Amino acid sequence: MVRASTGVRMPRQRRRQRRHAAGMTHNQTLGARGEQLAADHLEALGMEILTRNWRCREGELDIVARDGADLVCVEVKTRSTTSFGHPFEAVTAQKLSRLRRLAALWCQASDASARCIRIDVVSVLDHGAAGPVIEHLRGVN
Amino acid sequence: MQVARTRAVALLGLAGSLVEVEADISSQLPAFVLIGLPDAALAEARDRVKAAATNAGCALPARRITVNLSPAALPKQGSGFDLAIAMACLAAAGQVSAASVAEVVHLGELSLDGRLRPIAGVLPAVLAAVRGGAETVMVPAANAAEASLVSGARVVPVASLIEAARWHGGDFPESTCEPVALPHAASSPVAMPGDLADVVGNELAVEALQIAAAGGHHLFMHGPPGAGKTMLASRLPGLLPDLSTDAALEVASLRSLAGGGVPGALDLRPPFEAPHHTATAASIVGGGSRVIRPGAAPRASHGVLFLDELT
Repeated sequence: MVRASTGVRMPRQRRRQRRHAAGMTHNQTLGARGEQLAADHLEALGMEILTRNWRCREGELDIVARDGADLVCVEVKTRSTTSFGHPFEAVTAQKLSRLRRLAALWCQASDASARCIRIDVVSVLDHGAAGPVIEHLRGVN
Repeated sequence: MQVARTRAVALLGLAGSLVEVEADISSQLPAFVLIGLPDAALAEARDRVKAAATNAGCALPARRITVNLSPAALPKQGSGFDLAIAMACLAAAGQVSAASVAEVVHLGELSLDGRLRPIAGVLPAVLAAVRGGAETVMVPAANAAEASLVSGARVVPVASLIEAARWHGGDFPESTCEPVALPHAASSPVAMPGDLADVVGNELAVEALQIAAAGGHHLFMHGPPGAGKTMLASRLPGLLPDLSTDAALEVASLRSLAGGGVPGALDLRPPFEAPHHTATAASIVGGGSRVIRPGAAPRASHGVLFLDELT
């Protein structure tokens, strides 16, 4: 499952959203499309995608990629509007520390070695008509 | 351009010093950091600038913005840095000309809708800017008259953040907002001083008044109740000559610092302060721990401080 990327959490009984094909909610399809766009973007930059949507008890890593000698854990945030803030603003300090923890867990689980582990954030703003806008922050801290 | 700078003025009492406001935009998660010893009101500039820029239609980039007020060791207070911070950020983001922003001293507080509010102490701030070698000073429209009292400065009055950004070459649609007016200043009860010609007799006291007025001496009057001491003393300001331009500017600066409105034309008449005889020492001397406000005695500089009913 792709994590819904709306900043607002609605009560359970009200969380009845438009369902698309394959039983996914609107936000889930939006998120999945955003992650695909982000993966294409990273590959175009010459990164090698190692895994996508890697999950463990602590949470989920959207994309794990290799950029030269660096291991890159990528968080993708997709929005169709900036009414609830820029996608980057949804990555809080708490989220960032979880990403760091997850990066370490992934390295443990996959026996990967890297000279440097980096965390990137990719924002996909999909307004619809004008086409998606992709922004990429490297090595956030 | 990822780094841009402009200037503002930090006031400590009447003395102002130029402060460099630098903004840096780095490719990090969105944050707004303000460093360089701001006080509480100035630290809130962060939120004012962010909201004002968004609502005015020139939103700041969703990146980490660091603003430094230099010299970093000089304590700075008040909301007068808002405009300088906003322009430095916009210049760092490449939305306005960094070269143009760097040349200008910016003064003014932002409201959340992007309009510029007047600030206290514009006159001493512009004086300090000119002494510091600045040629152009951008001020809120409501403070324009006060700022233009200073000769040697090119004053640019602006009503809103967008107007300021357009002046610096920003490509934004013209703003149509109403400028914020000065809060209606309670007109100080400056009754016309009485004329010494009304006084009958009392030749000795009148002569003493004339000597005091001519030489700028202190005057102490002692006598039984009903001798005309108050009547005579209240006629002293009318005898004093007009102030020189420098003295008038200092008087107007003190008035501006005290938060009183400063009229468009320089008032050359010497000030007259008559604190009540129960006034506290603090209200006469003035002071404060960070924002220094003048009391009655400094407000009477170059004029008359009339202390009645001394016992």
